Amino acid sequence: MKARVTVTLKNGVLDPQGQAIEGALDGLGFTGIGTVRQGKVFDIELDDCNKDTALSLLNDMCKKLLANTVIEDYRVDIIG
Amino acid sequence: MKSALIQFPGSNRDRDMVHALASVSGSAPALVWHKETALPDTDLIVIPGGFSYGDYLRSGAIAARSPIIEQVRAAARRGVRVLGVCNGFQILTEAGLLPGTLMRNASLKFVCREVLLEVANNATSFTHAYKKGQIIRCPVAHHDGNYFADPDTLATIEGNEQVAFRYSGGTNPNGSINDIAGVFNAEKNVLGLMPHPENLIEPAHGGTDGRALFEGVLEMVEA
Repeated sequence: MKARVTVTLKNGVLDPQGQAIEGALDGLGFTGIGTVRQGKVFDIELDDCNKDTALSLLNDMCKKLLANTVIEDYRVDIIG
Repeated sequence: MKSALIQFPGSNRDRDMVHALASVSGSAPALVWHKETALPDTDLIVIPGGFSYGDYLRSGAIAARSPIIEQVRAAARRGVRVLGVCNGFQILTEAGLLPGTLMRNASLKFVCREVLLEVANNATSFTHAYKKGQIIRCPVAHHDGNYFADPDTLATIEGNEQVAFRYSGGTNPNGSINDIAGVFNAEKNVLGLMPHPENLIEPAHGGTDGRALFEGVLEMVEA
């Protein structure tokens, strides 16, 4: 089973890296860009188990390590 | 005073801290590898600066899940004093022993310079040897020192006088909210700060403004 965890900064948390990327895209001539927010993606292979067990495990991983919930939100998807 | 210093793969300010503790207290700290599952009997636990685990995932994130941290947590609960400097501060926030978190510097640059700090609360065992409002010099060297807490947490720590030090005189090097350079836990027995007081201990360092922090703890322990 494969899962993808996406960690993003919460709304309202300053993202200087996202802003720098936004500036660089602008410098390359890309127009029509609103804001850019940088996040992280983790692709995790799990031993086969039922989906609810996997989701529960992955949520636990997010709370305990993958995300810092002071500043980050996370999303878990089973992708294969 | 008995002290214990926790070492992680990537700690690099541990020897500076050993020197500071030995210089002030007369005895070197016990060195404790992060994989240990027990702490020696100690009055002060110190988590030094560095780049534990190469700052992978988030600064301090992986170190904060090391086995020894459960012992640090238990000791803190019993009232043992815990000091985290720089990466040690990051580890303590990641472990949930201190509120808030340290984000990438607003400038996106690593900063290595001297800053001015205002002693925001001197009514604690760490800061009582300073005067409230005293301005001291202290070096910083970090990439992720931008202190952040959500508005509710910030209101709580400000209301509860948990801010230990603030950057002063326009020297905030990292964009920290409310110029926060160091915070206590609610009980004031855990302190984390980004600047390095262990690097201003004797005249040969160019100043001694950091010494009073260690002397203050020593005085409380020996009292």
